Amino acid sequence: MSDPHRDAPIREAVEATVRADGGRLLALLIRHLGDFELAEDCLQDALASALVHWRRNGVPHAPEAWLMQVARRKAIDRLRRDTNLRGKKEEYAALLALEAEQPDPSEIPDERLRLIFTCCHPALDEPTRIALTLRTLGGLTTEEIARAFVVKEQTMGQRLVRARHKITKARIPYEVPDAERWHERLDAVLTVLYLIFNEGYASCHDDYIRTDLCEEAIRLTSILARLCPEEPEVEGLLALMLLPHARRRARLAPDRSMVPLEEQDRSAWDHEAIATGVALVETALKRGRPGPFSIQAAVSALHAEAPTAEATDWAQIVLLYETLKRYRSNPIYELNRVAALAHTRGADVALSLLEPLRASLGDYQPFHALEADLLRREGRTREALDAYDAAIAGARNDADRKFLERRRETVRRALDRST
Amino acid sequence: MKYMLLIYGAPDSSPAPDTPEFGAYMEGYVKADATFKEEGVMLGGEALESTETATSVRIRGGKTETMDGPFAETKEQLGGFYLLECKDLDAAIRYAELIPDAKTGTVEIRPVMDVSQFEE
Repeated sequence: MSDPHRDAPIREAVEATVRADGGRLLALLIRHLGDFELAEDCLQDALASALVHWRRNGVPHAPEAWLMQVARRKAIDRLRRDTNLRGKKEEYAALLALEAEQPDPSEIPDERLRLIFTCCHPALDEPTRIALTLRTLGGLTTEEIARAFVVKEQTMGQRLVRARHKITKARIPYEVPDAERWHERLDAVLTVLYLIFNEGYASCHDDYIRTDLCEEAIRLTSILARLCPEEPEVEGLLALMLLPHARRRARLAPDRSMVPLEEQDRSAWDHEAIATGVALVETALKRGRPGPFSIQAAVSALHAEAPTAEATDWAQIVLLYETLKRYRSNPIYELNRVAALAHTRGADVALSLLEPLRASLGDYQPFHALEADLLRREGRTREALDAYDAAIAGARNDADRKFLERRRETVRRALDRST
Repeated sequence: MKYMLLIYGAPDSSPAPDTPEFGAYMEGYVKADATFKEEGVMLGGEALESTETATSVRIRGGKTETMDGPFAETKEQLGGFYLLECKDLDAAIRYAELIPDAKTGTVEIRPVMDVSQFEE
């Protein structure tokens, strides 16, 4: 019956539709059904049905409209059969009314903003928010998400089941938050998207750069930017992803060690993406009162625009980190300020400013990596070797470790020569 | 939809009756009660005596066992509750923020199970 050679293109067509339109379909179904779990189940039913029907009759000309209609019919079936769903009389009547019309795909209203706020609700824990966002808006499979975060597929499956159960049972609202909570809730959404990006940008797993995760984060943030236009922090975050991602081809040496910014081949950067990112930063900053994502994106833009590492506007970067510190107290911002300050006022001044941070950042690997680099530049080789050891011990991935080991080796050789 | 707001706190986390903070603390409860009633969400709510006055009952092998306690084994113990009718979890969270013990203890929000689905 089923022929794998013939099935493969159908399966791909279904998967492609889910990736492109799954979030939009699910978001609208939740709106119709007032029930997150039921909507997901009906969409899954429709996808299973698509595999069968599309193989027999070919892929319909508007696959997303086809899926929407079938998912609605599956919902009608479930509402009719399942006595647990008897409370949903209004939804049932509304579905029957919709059943008469074939939805025009261009008119499937976009309810994804509600969906993203539900998935990133603070009543769910952070790993769950990330998983749920990738699953429902990104259309990633449970297996793909499990692989991305190196947990067992079963564990990830249970996490997702628990999450949708909680959304339904605790009635986590399916709506865009009001003005009073807007900034706090938007911040939670942006944080989830940024965490997805960061996992791809410098993964702690086998591949240092996970282009797929970076691009998924960029895609989701672009959707968010379209759904809430003129929101500077959304533009800022999008730029904060596009600009570092534009350097991806220059960030890894042939031996798979990390290449620091100052040693990267700037001609290998994606200058088109940089232009887009820089324009976004400028737009975001013009809206006034920039938030932390926009300010960090402005730093990234200064790096991206510098023709050489030496020509970077370090003084401006120091100022931006000072602004950031005023906005939100975070020792990591101070660490970044000190790193920039080393270029304007010297490694010795930077080292003296680093000392007070040891108490709060002693367990933070980049602290040791910066300290090692500053000591190296100051020629304090013995101390530098100790700092490299601490940085290597805390390295999150092989690419960082390889880079640090190479630097340490250079410092050690210099010490041998001098003694 | 009904939500149970369970108020947990360590015995010494809320102000003692003879302290100047106690007045403000009680005032907070009076205000929270008034808001819940004004907004028509209050289905019930009480403060509980401490666990030192508690009795636990269980039936094992058809026999009723009564126990003194339990005394607080964990630091935070159940000190009171509200039962509120709210539109959704966000509304319940907003009301939980009005409960004075949220500042020093924890308010746990539990949706009340809809048992009508089991009735025929």
